[in-house]
Amino acid sequence: MGSLRKMSFDAVIVGGGGSGMRAALQLAQSGYNTAVITKVFPTRSHTVSAQGGITCAIASDDPNDQWQWHMYDTIKGSDYIGDQEAIEYMCQTGPEAIFELEHMGLPFSRTEEGRIYQRPFGGQSKDYGAGGQAARTCAAADRTGHALLHTLYQGNLKNKTVFLNEWFAVDIVKNADGAVVGVVAIDIETGETVFVESKATVFATGGAGRIYASTTNAHICTGDGVGMALRAGFPVQDIEMWQFHPTGIHGAGTLVTEGCRGEGGYLINKDGERFMERYAPNAKDLAGRDVVARSMVLEILEGRGCGPDGDHVYLKLDHLGEEMLNSKLPGILELSRTFAHADPVKEPIPVVPTCHYMMGGIPTNVDGQALTIDREGKDKVIEGFYACGEAACVSVHGANRLGGNSLLDLVVFGRASGIFIEKQLSEGITLKEATEADIQRAMVGLNRINQSSDGENAAVLRAELQTIMQNYFGVFRRGDYMKQGIEKLDELRLRVENVYLDDKSNSFNTARLEALELQNLFETAYATAISAEGRTESRGAHAREDFQERDDENWLCHSIYFPGSKEIGKRPVNFTLKTREPFEPKIRTY
Amino acid sequence: MLNVSIYRYNPEVDDEPYMQDFQFDTEGKDIMVLDVLEKLKIQDPSLVFRRSCREGVCGSDGVNISGKNGLACITPLSEAVKGNKLVIRPLPGLPVIRDLVIDMGQFYAQYEKIQPYMINNSPAPAIERLQSPEERAKLDGLYECILCACCSTACPSFWWNPEKFIGPSGLLQAYRFLADSRDTATEERLANLDDPFSVFRCHGIMNCVQVCPKGLNPTKAIGHIRNMLIRSAT
Repeated sequence: MGSLRKMSFDAVIVGGGGSGMRAALQLAQSGYNTAVITKVFPTRSHTVSAQGGITCAIASDDPNDQWQWHMYDTIKGSDYIGDQEAIEYMCQTGPEAIFELEHMGLPFSRTEEGRIYQRPFGGQSKDYGAGGQAARTCAAADRTGHALLHTLYQGNLKNKTVFLNEWFAVDIVKNADGAVVGVVAIDIETGETVFVESKATVFATGGAGRIYASTTNAHICTGDGVGMALRAGFPVQDIEMWQFHPTGIHGAGTLVTEGCRGEGGYLINKDGERFMERYAPNAKDLAGRDVVARSMVLEILEGRGCGPDGDHVYLKLDHLGEEMLNSKLPGILELSRTFAHADPVKEPIPVVPTCHYMMGGIPTNVDGQALTIDREGKDKVIEGFYACGEAACVSVHGANRLGGNSLLDLVVFGRASGIFIEKQLSEGITLKEATEADIQRAMVGLNRINQSSDGENAAVLRAELQTIMQNYFGVFRRGDYMKQGIEKLDELRLRVENVYLDDKSNSFNTARLEALELQNLFETAYATAISAEGRTESRGAHAREDFQERDDENWLCHSIYFPGSKEIGKRPVNFTLKTREPFEPKIRTY
Repeated sequence: MLNVSIYRYNPEVDDEPYMQDFQFDTEGKDIMVLDVLEKLKIQDPSLVFRRSCREGVCGSDGVNISGKNGLACITPLSEAVKGNKLVIRPLPGLPVIRDLVIDMGQFYAQYEKIQPYMINNSPAPAIERLQSPEERAKLDGLYECILCACCSTACPSFWWNPEKFIGPSGLLQAYRFLADSRDTATEERLANLDDPFSVFRCHGIMNCVQVCPKGLNPTKAIGHIRNMLIRSAT
């Protein structure tokens, strides 16, 4: 093996979605030599699929709205394992970050006063839960993610960010001191492998919904950042916490925004009953997503599901009227007609809870610095390594994310990472050294795939992995089932490592990428399985039939999965607020 | 069994492109063209195409489907199959990298040329810039573009002058900023478009409108730009 070509930057962002481009924008604006490595052209990133909006107390719908109420909702929504310091930072900084996006040109929908339009979303309240439903989600019709992603790409073009479009990051280059020095990446068009060296490496690689068979996530959401971090020996946090979105289109998995229920739509069972009134008498269809998803599954299990197989429920929108649907939810009309063959103007949409969001990820502090845990159980910053967006666990979502908070998370913490790295670069951080052996270590997985001479097809193994995760680690979980699931994953591990790549050509070889993505999917899935089996309680999205209660005595904490030992540890939740007393855990009802 | 004919070209192996025929069992279902490609790729992993969101919002999988440009993920077989045959080719007019993957460099270069970002150098207020619902409504039908290139690669003027004619997609975005009440660079933007090629190579044949998977109307936007150019010249 000869040496790889080397490229060098002040900062390298892996991932061209919302958080990555927001971080890159910050750094490019201040003139640092910044590159974005992205496996798809930036506007193809999964942020583009976000529909309903970005939640933030900009006091447009309600001039008396307060970011502190948003903070309260988010902490409650997280089932109290969201870090309160990070949530405070997000909700307080949010308005500034939103106004910046608007100044950049984001085409938000408007109120009569000319301000940004806000709609109600699940889990939102006024006055710390006492003042009824709030409307706090800033929207660009039901295409907010698209509008946001394009605006950020445009901002980066304006500021001359270097884009390595259609490049795939293979693995982290880590030196003898444990510092991250960059990544090895493939230029997909030519197949060339390059060492991309950087003073700061930011993982903004998004989620991994493709570990499940049924997901709202794009094909590209394969947990690449989590996989790379785990292979480098770094831990991940709360990775058992997966959000199942209540309304994925039955059969297709495509997302139907919570904004539908925010605008007045509601769920019905086969008897036409608005069943959420029974499960959440106050918030009804706008309870937390975990609560709504579980209620739907219970309706189906108890024989009140719709359709010939009784395996879904209906989302009713027709009572809202065609004009309103055309102006507020035009994208949903399109999606439903295309994928459900149902016209929401006239008939309900068949929906089912569908894997949507990874609350866990690479643990970071508020500045985006990635963390590991030392022998004494203390947080330790990983030199040169940062994460933001869905790949990170900062943690503002805890055990359950509120709708509209993912876009806010990615903007606020993409920005915060950028600001912090900016400061570090201005103070003069030096480039860490990597030896040839360090670089070659990052090539091991790729070399194995390139040299494979027999084994199974990546697509076949991927389907098997997705079925295991769907069957054993879904909306409801049970210890004995999960143990069986882990055994199946143990059996699958060797086969995944021995995946066979028949086509060894260099030019735009997507089979090679799929073999690499499979490794990342597997690592993410395995960490999920171990962490889910280990957390012996029910909290937020993690609902166990054998441990049905929340156990604050033992589990009011983050789980931390260590890839070396394949075991989980615990990390305390942050309860330090700068502006007030912390919110104490309460029973969570809607 | 459905006959599926796919354009194949791997520069490392093939001297020239060829059409490869596959037999595909639809099991009687009206699935999307992308589902067919995904299943064929399991059979033949060397088949290469782009895809991401699979719901028509990311713009990755623009291809030529039985003669018409469209997104594979939202084109059902019932719209694409003619005489039990499905023909899938790369979008026409741009260089092919491999199989259904084209080099979109020229397309993106035209997009970048129109300065696709808000220009407003007045000091920003502490909150958002206000915009009435009526002013905002002028952006509908413009901002939704997903840069899939179905329109520009269906346009003979773009085939002929890809380095000089902005093309329907780029012009739609040019108008998106011209139409935005918050943007203050109207004169500068028009001056950049004021030459015989950038806008005026559009002959209004509306291929772009016919193929746009988002139902947008670039020809109309181009008409607005023409009017603005003519008005600013008088």
